[in-house]
Amino acid sequence: MLSATLVIGVSFAYLLLLFAVAYFGDWRAAQGRSIIASPWVYALSMAVYCTAWTYFGSVGRAASSGVWFLPIYLGPMLAMTLAWMVVRKMIRIAKTYRITSIADFIASRYGKSPTLAGLVTLITVVGIVPYIALQLKAIASGYAVLTSPLGQPAVQSADWWSDSTLYVALALAGFTMVFGARHLDSTERHEGMVAAIAFESVVKLVAFMAVGLFVSFGLFASPVALFEQAYAVDALRKLLQFGQGQPFAYAQWLGLTLLAMLSVIFLPRQFQVMVVENVDEQHLRRAVWAFPLYLLLINLFVLPIAMGGLLYFGPGAMDPETFILSLPLSQGYNALALFAFVGGLSAATGMVIVEAIAVSTMVCNDLVMPLLLRMRRFGARASGDLTGLLLGIRRLAILIILLLGYLYFHLAGEAYALVSIGLISFAAVAQFAPAMLGGMYWKGGTRHGALTGLLLGFAFWVYTLMLPSLAKSGWLDDGFLHHGLWGVVWLKPEAFLGLTGLDNLTHSLFWSLLANVGGYVGVSLWRAPSARETSQALLFVDVFNRKAGARPVFWQGRAKVSALLPLAGRFLGAEQAQRLFAEYARREGVASIEHIPADARLVQFVETQLTGAIGSASARVMVASVVEEEPLDLDDVMRILDEASQLRAYSHELEEKSQSLERATTELREANEKLKSLDRLKDDFMSSVTHELRTPLTSIRALSELMRDDDHMDLAQRQQFLGIIVVEAERLSRLVNQVLDMAKIEAGHAEWHNAVVDMRELLEQASATMRETYRERGVALQLQLSTAVQPLWADADRITQVVLNLLSNAAKYAPRGSGQVHLSLKDSTDGIAVEVQDNGPGISQEQQSMVFEKFRQVSGDDHYRPGGTGLGLPISRQIVEHFGGHMWLHSSPGQGAVFGFFLPRQGVDAERTASTDQPLI
Amino acid sequence: MSQKVLIADDEPNILISLEFLMKREGYEVVVARDGQEAVNAIFKERPALVLLDVMMPIKTGFDVCHEVRAHEAVRDTLILMLTAKGRDTDVAKGLALGANAYMTKPFSTKELVQKVREMLGTSA
Repeated sequence: MLSATLVIGVSFAYLLLLFAVAYFGDWRAAQGRSIIASPWVYALSMAVYCTAWTYFGSVGRAASSGVWFLPIYLGPMLAMTLAWMVVRKMIRIAKTYRITSIADFIASRYGKSPTLAGLVTLITVVGIVPYIALQLKAIASGYAVLTSPLGQPAVQSADWWSDSTLYVALALAGFTMVFGARHLDSTERHEGMVAAIAFESVVKLVAFMAVGLFVSFGLFASPVALFEQAYAVDALRKLLQFGQGQPFAYAQWLGLTLLAMLSVIFLPRQFQVMVVENVDEQHLRRAVWAFPLYLLLINLFVLPIAMGGLLYFGPGAMDPETFILSLPLSQGYNALALFAFVGGLSAATGMVIVEAIAVSTMVCNDLVMPLLLRMRRFGARASGDLTGLLLGIRRLAILIILLLGYLYFHLAGEAYALVSIGLISFAAVAQFAPAMLGGMYWKGGTRHGALTGLLLGFAFWVYTLMLPSLAKSGWLDDGFLHHGLWGVVWLKPEAFLGLTGLDNLTHSLFWSLLANVGGYVGVSLWRAPSARETSQALLFVDVFNRKAGARPVFWQGRAKVSALLPLAGRFLGAEQAQRLFAEYARREGVASIEHIPADARLVQFVETQLTGAIGSASARVMVASVVEEEPLDLDDVMRILDEASQLRAYSHELEEKSQSLERATTELREANEKLKSLDRLKDDFMSSVTHELRTPLTSIRALSELMRDDDHMDLAQRQQFLGIIVVEAERLSRLVNQVLDMAKIEAGHAEWHNAVVDMRELLEQASATMRETYRERGVALQLQLSTAVQPLWADADRITQVVLNLLSNAAKYAPRGSGQVHLSLKDSTDGIAVEVQDNGPGISQEQQSMVFEKFRQVSGDDHYRPGGTGLGLPISRQIVEHFGGHMWLHSSPGQGAVFGFFLPRQGVDAERTASTDQPLI
Repeated sequence: MSQKVLIADDEPNILISLEFLMKREGYEVVVARDGQEAVNAIFKERPALVLLDVMMPIKTGFDVCHEVRAHEAVRDTLILMLTAKGRDTDVAKGLALGANAYMTKPFSTKELVQKVREMLGTSA
């Protein structure tokens, strides 16, 4: 048992902390450094789905019906993973048309109908008040468990002024008013509030898991031991089985899951955090798995706590819904119990705050405003800033909603378990599904259809679920439950038309949704939609198809800026209106506000801004009152749509044209780059050739001039000079030949005289040719040729050219006098490999990659220039590659070098068929 | 006392002809067969003038020129660049790096001698 002062003190301290978080969030938002612009915060804020109902109720339900607590969480997991596209579309529509509540969403879709908005709001209020009561009840009973001796019923205080629940309700109302209705914003976003909600989601998860761990590992040895003990008890074993001893109730399981799927999308508070408070559509991507993960974590310990409580206290001894508090208390872990209570407080306050904000927006915009605007004092022709009034209405609405919740709690709360209250609310909210989903994906849905569907669904909900629940708590005579209305048996609310075999929730859900969908579809098909319904249907269903600029504007008539600006000022504040108009002027490219063309687009702009503040229906009425409108008929809608699509097609065409131009430009640029680089290559080649030609010419000219100028030069000197001149002249002619040769091969103009080649014979002849050179240089040439070689199809002269080039290179680089060169030939089925190995200085790694490039000569030791042209190897490689082969070089400095080439037999065969009769030019 | 001329070229036959030419004109000749040898010789022998080939192994004529101009001790060495690459960009690059004059190969021996004399300030 804890002292009341401590519990109350801690609770208020926690609420103050929430204030601080929310205040910080708002402050950061004002600075432009939003703390909620994160997918994690977004996913956490979605966890407002987990209320006190989850926190306390799930354990209660698990203790009474085992795994049946699960569908409530399986539904959202399924919904988020399967229906995230629906949520994304909702976000896009809401952001595009500034829709700030679910009532406004439905009303706006069906021609901005005030009636529809009002009806949805009413259903919401009726459906949600019990849910809010549930939160208050949870806090109150949690408080009672903490502050009374364990196992004894809490002492109910008789007087309302000493009822702590009332003060909880008032405190929450205060908080919500401060952070939910502080300023009027046409996007209706509350950064601080979202930050606080995300914070609360963390607190409740941690608190719940802390108790779960305590029960699983502290109270019992391990989760395994816990479940083993539970299995040993008959009653508990049943809870852990799906069928629980009876045939598995698929319909009920399905019904519950479906219900939860619909709720997670259409509950007003989920709509608020998921759609209205969404900062960035992309955040949904992470929330799609992060939110289900959150649900999984918070449900992980539901069964252990429920089973643990039942085992520890014994069935019936303690209310299972407060196990989470009573279990730690029973062990004297008061701090843990208090933390668990704060977690529950988090769950409850989070729900109440968001729900109150969402519902107050709806009440203000869709119930109160339409009535007020009809009055002369506030109506269209009146003037005066209404922003203060709007805020006042919202604050009052928040207070009233919470007090209604308190009242419901006070009157009916004791009769029902938490879970039952929650499910009744869920079923009410599920009635929005047909109108919402149909509205987003079916252009045929009409206002009358939606109204009929909602009314029928709501009526069935009241008759088959709400009234029976009231009757069961003793507020009504329960006679109609057993005998049917007016004694007509098939009107029995829980066995309508004789339908039995379902539990009352599934039964109610079946009939209400059947009537709802039937009414919606039937009436929609029966009557053609009006022009306004058609235009809104187009805007909603095709929201992804058009970019902002290309969206059709369904309005015609005459308007004046001087009338629209003050109108916006009345609901948004004069300053804000001025700013919005100035921004619009800048976007339109006009000099000032007075110059804005008062066309359909401006009217639509103002109406959208007003929609954010007062809802689409009221905004429509207000705008219509200050402009001269010409009513649209269906033909007009089609004409405007047609124009918009033409415009779109036109802009699409333009876009395509500019894209193809861009492509062409890129291609041209690429081609130009290629030409430029080819040009550079050619330039480099020419420069190299020039250099190679000029070098021998330099010696020849200089030496010739020296001899010419000196008649008395001695003979030996003259002989030396003449020798050099001859050598350099030879080098020059060799170079010229090779350059021409290279150019021919590269251009594909070389002649190839292909014939059967005996490689062995060819190598022997080539080495015979080189014998004199080798002898002169004192280099030994050894042949290692395999005996029998399959003939090849190739140009014998060209191959000889390659072999001679390799042999002469080897001779040049092998050391004079002690040179050793090995010429080897290896025959295989693939082809023939020839290698020339020398014992010269070798070639360093960095130079190896360059030897096959043109004009790259490798200098050996002591600057011995072998007198080559730098074209021999490149030409050889071209030749070998022409026959489909390749060349290689293995060498390391000091170890000599091995040059080799491989000629494939297959490639040669192919060559044979390709070019036997068609020698290249 | 005769002035000292360094000839730096990696083509042995060009080296032979230039050496003969400069000796005939009465200069003291030192030779180098690559860029590094040229730099070493410039610091060691302190020639009055260098006939510097551009395309040499290890260090190019441009590198040598750059290095010489960067050192106080040898900064005043006269450099006459010889190149077989006749492109304007090569000429411009050589002059920008601090060569005093530039001649394209193949050169006229008469003109080369003229140029060397001019640079060394000796009369014809």
